Amino acid sequence: MSEALHFHFDVDGASFANAGKASVETKKLLRQIGVSPEVIRRVSVAMYEGEINMVIHAHGGDADLYITEDTILITLKDVGPGIRNIEDAMKEGFSTAPENIRALGFGAGMGLPNMKRYSDEMHIDTKVGVGTTIELWYHLKPNAEGNS
Amino acid sequence: MATYTHSVSIDPEKCTGCTTCLRRCPVEAIRIRGDKAQINPLQCIDCGECIRVCKHAAKHAVYDRLEELDWSKYLVALPAPSLFGQFNNLDDADYVIQGLLDMGFKEVYEVAKAAEYVTDLTRIYLKQPGIKLPAISSACPAVVRLIKLRFPTLCEHLIPTLTPYELAGKFAREKVLREHPEISPDDIRTVFISPCPAKISWAKNVMEGQKVYVDYVVSMNDVYMELLSKMKSVAAPSPEADSQAGNVGLGWSITTGEAVALMNDAYLAADGTDNVIKVLDDLESGTVNGIRFVELNACSAGCVGGVLAPANGYIARVRLHNLRKTCAIQPNRLTDIEGMSGDALPGELVDARPFTYMPEGAPNMLSMLLAMQKANALVEKLPNKDCGACGSPTCRAFALDVVNGEAQLSDCRIRDSREGS
Repeated sequence: MSEALHFHFDVDGASFANAGKASVETKKLLRQIGVSPEVIRRVSVAMYEGEINMVIHAHGGDADLYITEDTILITLKDVGPGIRNIEDAMKEGFSTAPENIRALGFGAGMGLPNMKRYSDEMHIDTKVGVGTTIELWYHLKPNAEGNS
Repeated sequence: MATYTHSVSIDPEKCTGCTTCLRRCPVEAIRIRGDKAQINPLQCIDCGECIRVCKHAAKHAVYDRLEELDWSKYLVALPAPSLFGQFNNLDDADYVIQGLLDMGFKEVYEVAKAAEYVTDLTRIYLKQPGIKLPAISSACPAVVRLIKLRFPTLCEHLIPTLTPYELAGKFAREKVLREHPEISPDDIRTVFISPCPAKISWAKNVMEGQKVYVDYVVSMNDVYMELLSKMKSVAAPSPEADSQAGNVGLGWSITTGEAVALMNDAYLAADGTDNVIKVLDDLESGTVNGIRFVELNACSAGCVGGVLAPANGYIARVRLHNLRKTCAIQPNRLTDIEGMSGDALPGELVDARPFTYMPEGAPNMLSMLLAMQKANALVEKLPNKDCGACGSPTCRAFALDVVNGEAQLSDCRIRDSREGS
């Protein structure tokens, strides 16, 4: 197939109540398509972290899911403050989340490290004061059924 | 894949093709075709929600009728704990047991008693090294089926013990054989009195090589009618009608009852299928921390809210709270049984049914991708009112049904009227 199957989700930045909806929807779609449980689990954990990050730091944004036979790509795009120091942000436990967010049990500094851990490839494009776009890539192993 | 027999069924005579069940089915297993509801057996989890919401009594559960039981056999009643919440001002469970004996059951083995053993089994299970945490109770068969169909990564979290009613069937049979050596094993029949269709389906779908512990499953509604008239004439229960269940066992029929019984604060309990799905989604995203045990019930309020239980579940819950105050905490301990150590999980009390993921379709990923691609394009042309008039629960589901050849685009009535105007 030439074109990727595409789904768009608005990540609502107004509250935590809706955070995670895009990853739950994504999980449902991947299951319908027949993606392996292991990949679904990794996608849903990484994407959930990304969604929460967008709510905490950037008042929400856009999540897009692209699926082809051999690749899953998730882009998380916001027009938030941007990441000042990616190296710091990638350290486990480093967090710039405000105190009121931490009091809710979020902002433990595991967001980006977990997104990297639970994806095959992660690309961060960020500019302070402009916004951040993160790409999460998954390379699907071809199986006999999928290629038939 | 082996076929799965469902208890939940539709009566086409009564079904008017309204969209109530279509929109309320938590797993979108229903379609209306030719003005009649149809249930997709691959997706149905037997939660009974469609029976609950149907305004035309067109949905029902299939179960064994009391009059069909062979009353010449040695019938042992296995009442679910929720049965004891069905009666006003009941302050002694013995009256219910006497009523069951008066109905013609030779013996009664309370599922609540077996539930107390399962509580002990769960405590042992939670101490085993290498188990997947949080461990999820496997007592609600609708939840178990939901996880097997939709939550592949949580299958390994299900606790593999027998359910209380299966254990009750096993122990009841062993008890009869022990106490009445004159009775042939072939003459014993265990009869589970169920509050819900999910437990009926579970008991009826015995897998190959698995032992059968429950021979018949009857509806609590049916039993209630007869039991009530028998109980009214009970002046005082006979010594044989001696309830063996405690506070813990009866509590199993109420949400949090099973969890609290473990004496472990690190638990989560939820009820109602929609809520259960949300909790499972959160568990799968890995966002729930510090929880060791998860109790999930498809019915609101717990098993007392089952669709085959006559009383309102919340009222039954209050009645059970009052009855439980008169009971010992947990009179039945696994260690009281000969040969049970309390450390190891006895093999014969572990379910032989593997909790494996059963993908809901998509044998070929590429064809499914293409179908969804087409459905995506189609959704944009649909009204997206999710009205259900086409017979599919949402416009998205309808689009996919059209692509798969299971519905016609002309079935969309809103689109039709717009184009016609």
